[in-house]
Amino acid sequence: MNCARVVITGLGAVSPLGLSATDTWSGLCEGRCGIKPITAFDPIGFACKLAGQVPDYRIQDYVAKQFRKATKLMSRDIELAVIAANEAVKDSGLITRAIDADRERNASNVVNPTRMAINLGAGLISCDLPEIAPAVAKSVTEGKFDMHKWGKEGIESVTPLWLLKYLPNMLACHIGIIHDIQGPSNTITCAESSAYIAIAEAAQVISRGDSDIALAGGAEAKVNPILIMRQILLGRATTKSNDRPENACRPFDADAAGAVFGEGAGIIVLESQENARNRSVRIFAEVAGTGQSASINRAYEHIEPDGLGITIAIEKALAQASISPKDIDLIIPHGTGIPQDDLAEAKGIEKVLGKETKRIPVWPTKSMLGNTGAACGGLDIIAAVCAMRDGVIPAAKNCERKANGCNLNIVTQQQKRNIRNMLCCSYTYGGQTAAVVIKNVEH
Amino acid sequence: MDYGRREGMNVESGLKRERVVITGMGIVCPLGHDVETAWQAMLAGKSGVAKTTIFDASTFPTIFTAEVKNYDFRKYTRQPELHKDSNRGSGFAIGATVQACRQAKIDVESERFGDGVDRRRLGIYLGAGEGSANNDAFFGAIAAGWDDAQGKMDWAKWAEVAAARMRPMHELEQESNMPAAHIAMLTGARGPVRTCLTACAASTQAVGEATDEICRGEADVIIAGGAHSMIHPLGQTGFNRLTALSTRNDSPETASRPFTASRDGFVLGEGAAIIILESLSSAKKRGAPILAEVIGYGSSSDAFRITDMHEEGRGAIQAMEAAIANAGISYKDIDYVSTHGTSTQENDSIETKAIKAVFKERAKNIPVSSIKSMMGHLIGAAGAAELMTCVLAIRDNIVPPTINLNDPDPTLDLDYVPNRPRKVQVNIAMKESFGFGGQNDVVIVRRYSEK
Repeated sequence: MNCARVVITGLGAVSPLGLSATDTWSGLCEGRCGIKPITAFDPIGFACKLAGQVPDYRIQDYVAKQFRKATKLMSRDIELAVIAANEAVKDSGLITRAIDADRERNASNVVNPTRMAINLGAGLISCDLPEIAPAVAKSVTEGKFDMHKWGKEGIESVTPLWLLKYLPNMLACHIGIIHDIQGPSNTITCAESSAYIAIAEAAQVISRGDSDIALAGGAEAKVNPILIMRQILLGRATTKSNDRPENACRPFDADAAGAVFGEGAGIIVLESQENARNRSVRIFAEVAGTGQSASINRAYEHIEPDGLGITIAIEKALAQASISPKDIDLIIPHGTGIPQDDLAEAKGIEKVLGKETKRIPVWPTKSMLGNTGAACGGLDIIAAVCAMRDGVIPAAKNCERKANGCNLNIVTQQQKRNIRNMLCCSYTYGGQTAAVVIKNVEH
Repeated sequence: MDYGRREGMNVESGLKRERVVITGMGIVCPLGHDVETAWQAMLAGKSGVAKTTIFDASTFPTIFTAEVKNYDFRKYTRQPELHKDSNRGSGFAIGATVQACRQAKIDVESERFGDGVDRRRLGIYLGAGEGSANNDAFFGAIAAGWDDAQGKMDWAKWAEVAAARMRPMHELEQESNMPAAHIAMLTGARGPVRTCLTACAASTQAVGEATDEICRGEADVIIAGGAHSMIHPLGQTGFNRLTALSTRNDSPETASRPFTASRDGFVLGEGAAIIILESLSSAKKRGAPILAEVIGYGSSSDAFRITDMHEEGRGAIQAMEAAIANAGISYKDIDYVSTHGTSTQENDSIETKAIKAVFKERAKNIPVSSIKSMMGHLIGAAGAAELMTCVLAIRDNIVPPTINLNDPDPTLDLDYVPNRPRKVQVNIAMKESFGFGGQNDVVIVRRYSEK
């Protein structure tokens, strides 16, 4: 970063391993698998019957009383984001409208609303099918859907504010209303790369002085029949492990057969170093560098075979952080379990690391969390920060025999490690790539 | 943008701060498939609104939209097969990008790029929206699976129809990051590639953030703007149920009538608008044409309600004032405002309040007009399409009209440039966009001069 330095002061998460960042991290350390048979709908007729589902929750428990009415207009994606944002704000010790509606303006932890920003990654939210089904049923003529009837009768059964549940920017809007965030707000819609892009941009908003604090990360609820079916038809989901969910997602493993999708939210509090020091809050780490690029491939549902777009994003992040591969002590890659993409990513990362490839621990998390879409980067950053804080890198699961051509040092045993700098990277179908370097503040 | 003026910045020496200029523009919209055609149509006060043809909207509460007509993206690419699954918005983006790159002298679809732009420093930032669902698959699967008597979904039946009818690549192309993917393939961009979707403010925000990126030296050129078509059954259903759309079915061409007493909602449009942003040093080195300079950007949130703007326009005022401060100018220096001007009761009233608060004694003297009166609302692409008209207003010293302004709302008394364009010396113009949910984004452009 060239301007104000940006640090992380709060963590909030909802994942298949638990309803908090704390529970998610414990789960990762214990090697628990969040991937299970789908219960959100009956997966009969689905070739992949697994997903990473968040444990049951009541959204009302996470929303201050005066905002509970708004929960009626929250899609699941929004709910997950709200829960994670709630934890992140509390974790940071900041006092927003949600924490204390009568907050006294001058205390150092009280947020000036115009100096707080939000930047979240969100997915293309697919609507709840049973909710809209009665309207569709009214629009059927001789067993077939009839657009004419929909326009005349069916549409009347759609609840008036329906669309507002499904606009991707509504995650940030609801959180903004609850916490009174009046600074810049953006919603990044780059699928699995969204969260790192959102975090990078939020860091820039702080760095250039438009804000002192920002909530950043991503959330998505991919366990929806349409979204799961889409991934199955694209050949991205594993269909080989329906009876063994724990073994299903195998990033970089020779027997990997595809991804498993899930839901979650990972949101962090970013702050200018000066603001954090002024209020004497505990600082987790620094966002030291970010980089973005594109993978260009004719078959654009996959990453280009040499992972060049990933290489470029990582190189940029390292340059911005003024470090080189010898300074890195942990990498959390995207690692979906889709064999050709894993191999491309491995090559792309290796190209940057060179002879450091053998040394640097690489810890893919999707074997335990699943592919949570726009939440991926948010959850991985939180996992990285916890690893740095505790000096522990948990074991990567399901990588028993590395795939041919993958030379990365996949961590198969938990290890203690003093972590100076970490690299997190991601890519997505359509090609957007992103990387973030997190620096330990003790250095 | 001179960040040196900001308080609280810890600027290390060696920070590269570039001036940011516009070196190319392209558009595919309801008023035409290129910039000059669309601009001439606007100066002639033409409407791009007509009965909807993309899907059968004849029984919907609103039967008209502003469609892009007779457009074929394949005319713009030598690799139509590569882009064949692209959604409607991506198709528009391809044409608009090719036009803009041509003007900016940037190569597309080349083996070797000889245009002087380092691809690692060529980025993309679009306000981009979703593709349209496959109606047969979406509605058909629900119809097949829903047991209305029981009030339950038979998932086996749903899955059978869905799996048979969903076409994998078409499904992929519904994701809103896809327009940027097509543009990356077209241009070989290896710089930062992003899409955002802050509703109606998205492409203004994309231009603003991209400008900042070039300013601080992270990229030399960014293909910025927007691409979106929300003219599809689910999109229109959503907006009709919100009562956000005009239902003036007996007069589609006059339905979009911002700032009038009889305004009853916005008109859905579609299109893509691409603006090439470039550092001044790169533009000079390459001999690219310089159309205007981007001098200010401000962004804020209402944090008020998801259904309504803040009643006093608090967030809008904040974003406008932030953009003005960022530009290092005063409100007195602005010659023209391209309004958000959606033709809803709420927006037009509150926007007028906000303009009065920001422009104070000058408010009634500044021409402010609404492109949406002619083009409809391009949602994710609206900001960039309308920002383009600010650049043209500067170029030609003429401001486009707000058409259909025949029964002014007596409480709205600004100079909305009713019905006819007007010759005005325009050196500095402001574009403001306010997205559903309370995101406010403002960009200011200026006639380029060396100093």
